[in-house]
Amino acid sequence: MSTTQQIQTTSPIGRRTPRVDGSLKVTGEAQYTSDFHFPGMLYAVPVEATVANGRVLKLDTAAAEKMPGVRAIFHRENIGKIFRSVPEPGFEGICEERRPPFEDDVVRYYGQYLALAVADTFETAKAAADAVRVTYEKEKPNVATELQSDDDPEAVLATSEVILATFGPQNRLESERGDAKAAFADAPIKIDQTYVTPAETHNPIELHATTAMWESPNNLTLYDSTQGVVNLRSVLAQMFGLPEENVRVISKFLGSGFGGKLFPWTHCALAAAAARQLSKPVKLVLSRKMMFQAVGHRARTQQRVQLGAARDGKLVSLQHDYVYDRSMLDYHHEDCGEATAYQYSVPNLRVTFGRAKRNIGATADMRGPGAVPGLYATESAMNELAYELKIDPVKLRVINEPKIDEGLGLPFSSRHLLECFELGTEKFGWSTRTPEVGSMKRNGLTLGWGMAGCSWIAARFLAEASVQLRDDGTARVACATQDIGTGTYTILAQLASQKTGVPLDKVEVALGDTSLPPGPLSGGSMVTGSVAPAVFAAADNAIASLLNIAAMTPGSPFEKRPPTDLAFENGRVFVKVEGAARGVPFADLLRRLNLRVVNGNGRSETTFGNPRPKFSTRSFGCHFVEVTWQPEMARLRVSRVVTVMDGGRIVNPLAGRNQIEGAVVMGIGMALLEHTTYDPQNGAPINSSLADYVMAVNADHPPIEVYFLDFPDKKINEVGARGIGEIGLAGFAAAVTDAVHHATGVRVRELPIKIEDLLV
Amino acid sequence: MHTFEFIRPKDAKAAVATAARAKTAQQGADIRFLGGGTTLIDLMKLNVETPARLIDINRLPLDKIETTPDGGLKIGATVRNSDLAHHPKVQRDYAVLSQAIVSGASTQLRNMATTAGNLLQRTRCVYFRDTAMPCNKRQPGTGCSVITGSNRMLAILGTSEHCIATNPSDMCVAMAVLEATIHVQGPPTRGSRAIPIGDFHLLPGKTPERETVLEPGDLITHVTLPPPVAGSRQVYLKLRDRVSYEFALASAAVMITVAGGRVTRARVALGGVGTRPWRSPEAEAALVGQSVNQANIRKAAEAALRDAKPQSENAFKIELAKRSLTSALQMATA
Repeated sequence: MSTTQQIQTTSPIGRRTPRVDGSLKVTGEAQYTSDFHFPGMLYAVPVEATVANGRVLKLDTAAAEKMPGVRAIFHRENIGKIFRSVPEPGFEGICEERRPPFEDDVVRYYGQYLALAVADTFETAKAAADAVRVTYEKEKPNVATELQSDDDPEAVLATSEVILATFGPQNRLESERGDAKAAFADAPIKIDQTYVTPAETHNPIELHATTAMWESPNNLTLYDSTQGVVNLRSVLAQMFGLPEENVRVISKFLGSGFGGKLFPWTHCALAAAAARQLSKPVKLVLSRKMMFQAVGHRARTQQRVQLGAARDGKLVSLQHDYVYDRSMLDYHHEDCGEATAYQYSVPNLRVTFGRAKRNIGATADMRGPGAVPGLYATESAMNELAYELKIDPVKLRVINEPKIDEGLGLPFSSRHLLECFELGTEKFGWSTRTPEVGSMKRNGLTLGWGMAGCSWIAARFLAEASVQLRDDGTARVACATQDIGTGTYTILAQLASQKTGVPLDKVEVALGDTSLPPGPLSGGSMVTGSVAPAVFAAADNAIASLLNIAAMTPGSPFEKRPPTDLAFENGRVFVKVEGAARGVPFADLLRRLNLRVVNGNGRSETTFGNPRPKFSTRSFGCHFVEVTWQPEMARLRVSRVVTVMDGGRIVNPLAGRNQIEGAVVMGIGMALLEHTTYDPQNGAPINSSLADYVMAVNADHPPIEVYFLDFPDKKINEVGARGIGEIGLAGFAAAVTDAVHHATGVRVRELPIKIEDLLV
Repeated sequence: MHTFEFIRPKDAKAAVATAARAKTAQQGADIRFLGGGTTLIDLMKLNVETPARLIDINRLPLDKIETTPDGGLKIGATVRNSDLAHHPKVQRDYAVLSQAIVSGASTQLRNMATTAGNLLQRTRCVYFRDTAMPCNKRQPGTGCSVITGSNRMLAILGTSEHCIATNPSDMCVAMAVLEATIHVQGPPTRGSRAIPIGDFHLLPGKTPERETVLEPGDLITHVTLPPPVAGSRQVYLKLRDRVSYEFALASAAVMITVAGGRVTRARVALGGVGTRPWRSPEAEAALVGQSVNQANIRKAAEAALRDAKPQSENAFKIELAKRSLTSALQMATA
């Protein structure tokens, strides 16, 4: 069958490739941000607000300042100027918390930084931070979980109200076609339910870390655990009033980020400001508790989904009206409706949103922002509709498969969701499912089977890259983009190897440094798709340059031939008519001509946010999930998962599988475990440790089968690769909740499913 | 973390003499014994415990597991949880103890944590662990934040209006059904004492800062278990949100002897629901003399939870604890 994963052995692209940086990581040689040490380096620890709403009346730093080894206690009066940063064209200058740190004495969320202790050792800095006494004027914080929109619910329809969001203006009437309300009223079958997802906190094992140093009063270097060195450079340049070229940001290895490190947080500016005031390198590493406070989290959402359908299952109306919470000053947009308008064919549709301000830290992108909570809601509603109609949930989706993206009115560049369903049902054995609740058993356990579809945007960010061919037969590929841990080093090596014929182990990859050609954010599942054309163009340019040199340079075996007579393949330069077998390895050629390197630069433009796209480019997929249920001890487990992904060409199937498996395990957490709880009294994210914020552990990891379809999407790039970093999480929770309903008869519409929900 | 003095005493007597100078052996003690440190160091980093002196007892000869003359077991204070759980005699004769220990924490923590330390394990109540929050256990008289806060994980048995903190230990629940005895070497004024585990932990009442009967200078030297009970069956069943590495929402330890279809002896304790390891004489009384069947087992579970007092978020623990006990009893009598 054509849909099974194609394993290519001749081409680096598509080959199962172990990480080129794997040995560095397992031997501890890989330098993560907090591993860097510099002479004279000082340590900073922030003082966090212990109220969520109020005003600082007094900041008593006397005791802290007297402690031996303390260099300074910085606060609003002595930190020096930190300017505001605003978004710039090209996805730069972005931060979710827009208020510069220490700007005023108002406290708007628990954990907001009020001061910064800097000392010779981390231990002293921590003790000093603890010794700062803060007196507040307190007010009751608003961390209510019931979300009523602050935005006028009527304005959205009357005026198509446009609001400001992180990436630009957003229309609160997100998508509309036909007359959804009227069609719903007339529909013979109706589903009208509200689904809730909680605040979730990014918990990469690597904590946020920053080390700032000023090479001169006008030159700042920052080592930072960031998913976007280029964006961070533009933020810092603005915050410290510097030319961009005077700021360098380095992020060599990341212990992941899940979106929490996509845009910089206020501690970066604090470290830089402290380093400026003290003229010393300053390192600031957050605690796990701080990871829950001032560095973003997934917004809580409350989503009403109304489906109207004919008795044969054909959708006639879809309304998706959602509310999410946000911090007092910021405007992160949790775009739950991102996938709603195109996932299914439905003539009448309306998607709207509203927002509710809370005394919480800024909300932020978290793996699959918007679409992950959004698809949980809409896919759950589809499953409820299938149950109501007594139609198999796969069949319901097939019935409503669209021919084009009905939201944009454009053809899909490549959409093979039906093939995903086909392969998934076969691999899972879905046809033996009996739909009655509690009807399936194995070894005394009640089984529940559920499924859901998913999708995720595919686009490219602006990317530049350089490729060098060197006289020792090696190549170097460089791009400022960073490896969040997903395998970007390996991908770049594969891309360069593909074009240059240099074996993988002879390709040096340089990433994570703004001194390299600008590269994209590690976000939106877009790095691979964005860098591929840039690396290819850079390699092509290096090769073209090589051929020119071969033709033009005295002493070359190809001297005086027109460059157009020459070709390059598998690392050899040859005369086209003579064939590659008689060619000269490029290293030999370079040595003969006394050239160390030949260089090529490449660039590919962004397609993200393209106002006039010709195609709707998306990845698709589906999950099939089995749970086991033991009512006698209220024990629920995810016992088996089959996931099928249509992500275009998979450049590295080994790392690709890793991405999907990781997302599925995160999906188990989303469905059954993860939630950040704000204390109703003081507004603190109260379960702020890895013991109290319960995530899936290895023992929760069931057998997971991952299948990739192999339909290269050449509309997105020459390789045909779309991204797969986030889609594995989309839809998964809806498959779990449906499996739980199948096993227990309980329909849970607020995540996570808790034991108490099932104790009925 | 505050600066502290680190002391390695030459013997138990010296350790006791130094510790006897403490103002209290309870919350906020100025002198603490250091075992594996998995609780104490953690709390010191959080400034919840700020001892001026730490007495390292890890090099004292308290790390042996030995058979006692009566056929029971003597477990040294610094025996690591992993060594205890994997000891062949424990696995064979005190299976409930082995099961309970391996259900707790992680391998790394169990490799460090000690027997005495586990007996003194502190609550995981998040408000206790955060010095910014009022907490009667940490700072008497400041109030309880969790009764009006996020209390899903908290206790439903043995609570008071001042404190509802759960005792988090799995090991202690098993030791409760095994009727362990805790041996303490005190300063000369008190001498050595043997304290039944049922008398060791205190209810919070009006003094939640006092968790055990220990006084300054009291050093736990070892724990003894009575000889194995012939024909008994033992089960520890722990229920929680994820599969591993999480404290119990509810757990049950049972040790039961059945003859001729009737229960002749029963020991029952619950974890994750009590302010101390929760032995249930009510459930035991409901079982002894009764035939083994679903209805009688359920009656015992009802009896064990009769006095449960739920909070705003944890009423489900009553039913969960019943199911945990019912399932454990069924497994032990199957």
